[in-house]
Amino acid sequence: MGFISDVVHWFGDGSNWTGTFGILNRLREHVLLSAAAVLLAMVVALPVGFWLGHVRRGGFVALNLAGIGRAVPSLSLLLLLVQAIGLKSWPLVGSVTALITLAVLGLAPILINTYVGMRDVADPVRESASAMGMTGLQQASQVELPLASPLVVAGLRTATVQIIATATLAAWVGSGGLGRLIVDGFAVRDYPQVFAGAILVSGLALLVDGVFALAARSTLRRARG
Amino acid sequence: MLAASRDAWLDWTWIGNNTDLIWASLREHLVLTALAVLWGLVVAIPLAVAARRWRWLYPPVLSLGGILYTIPSLAAYALLIPYTGLSRTTALIPLASYTLLILVRNIVTGLDGVPAAARESAVAMGFNDRQRMWRVEVPLALPAMLAGVRLATVSTVGLVTVAGLVGFDNLGQFIYLRGFRDGRRTAIVVGTVLIVAVAVLADLALVGLERLATPWKRRVRGGTGGGEVVATEVMADLADSRAAA
Repeated sequence: MGFISDVVHWFGDGSNWTGTFGILNRLREHVLLSAAAVLLAMVVALPVGFWLGHVRRGGFVALNLAGIGRAVPSLSLLLLLVQAIGLKSWPLVGSVTALITLAVLGLAPILINTYVGMRDVADPVRESASAMGMTGLQQASQVELPLASPLVVAGLRTATVQIIATATLAAWVGSGGLGRLIVDGFAVRDYPQVFAGAILVSGLALLVDGVFALAARSTLRRARG
Repeated sequence: MLAASRDAWLDWTWIGNNTDLIWASLREHLVLTALAVLWGLVVAIPLAVAARRWRWLYPPVLSLGGILYTIPSLAAYALLIPYTGLSRTTALIPLASYTLLILVRNIVTGLDGVPAAARESAVAMGFNDRQRMWRVEVPLALPAMLAGVRLATVSTVGLVTVAGLVGFDNLGQFIYLRGFRDGRRTAIVVGTVLIVAVAVLADLALVGLERLATPWKRRVRGGTGGGEVVATEVMADLADSRAAA
């Protein structure tokens, strides 16, 4: 009981909310870093999955590359990048090293889902589209992509939730974000703060997951027509 | 001189001098991964069986698995260490919890995918419930179940690494202490290569196990590759968004 009330006290203390080390700043850093990583992963993975799925080629190579990429732990990649490019920092997003690590984490789910979604659009649908005189690109963007959208959204959802949860690790190499509450708290044995950090990261991930669930519902309805 | 050897990405002399340490880290990594997946199965199998018998249980079980999945493992270790110390138990509780979502989902999906005709034939042949379960349903559901075990194993190999940050002796600790803290690139490269190798070899071993366990599939077509696991994962993603919608 004592521990829970310590955590409640920690949240109740106004000084824990403001300033560089406060919840609000850490939350802002976490959201910006994660959002930038998801965007970067999308910019790379969506066009590749879109094209490979449309032409139904190169899937074996793409899926296996993504699979091997997933076997590289984010921590390994983070530490390798720290050695290779150092601890670079950009305004708004914060650590570039963490940004690249997290974007790589998001590649596999987005690429695989987009590819499979586009590839599995039924042949009669594709044939009707080309019989209507659609060009390849029109067919891909106006027919296949909308039908693949539930899977694309599912992939984005997995990628985003994983990125938000893993962004915690970035704190270990001196980056910002909610992970700092956990790492800093761990260092000074302030366990109420560690617990508060865990609640905040999980809460953020679950909240974003919920938003995606709503988006998934509407794309599913639209894809079914 | 020393600085130069630290900057090398692959310093074979250092590797040669530290084979004992590398071997010990690798062994502990393997043991933790195997125990985490086994404990995950010990909990997931009864949960999946219960979720199939009482259907209303399934959505809350999945949600619970999803919530456990979002808890950062660093925080879980920080909170458990004061109570259970730096023991294997402390490392295993979060690691096994993270496998539950994947395992329960794949076991239920696999059992649900058994064709009704196969089930009815079993009844017609006079199988009782237990015989039907073990001789018909489980064998037919095995590919989907093993796909779950493969996913859980590969992701656990990566997650064990994080346990290394807080003092558990494994390849994660090896790359963190010997690599990052000592600033020795070779250690990070060696650790990463070994972790990826463990993940890939474990995956291949499970594919082999699946082929041995499903001899009837070999006659139809040539085994199963990564594609099927991917498809199962994608379908599970979609099923999740449907269940939530």
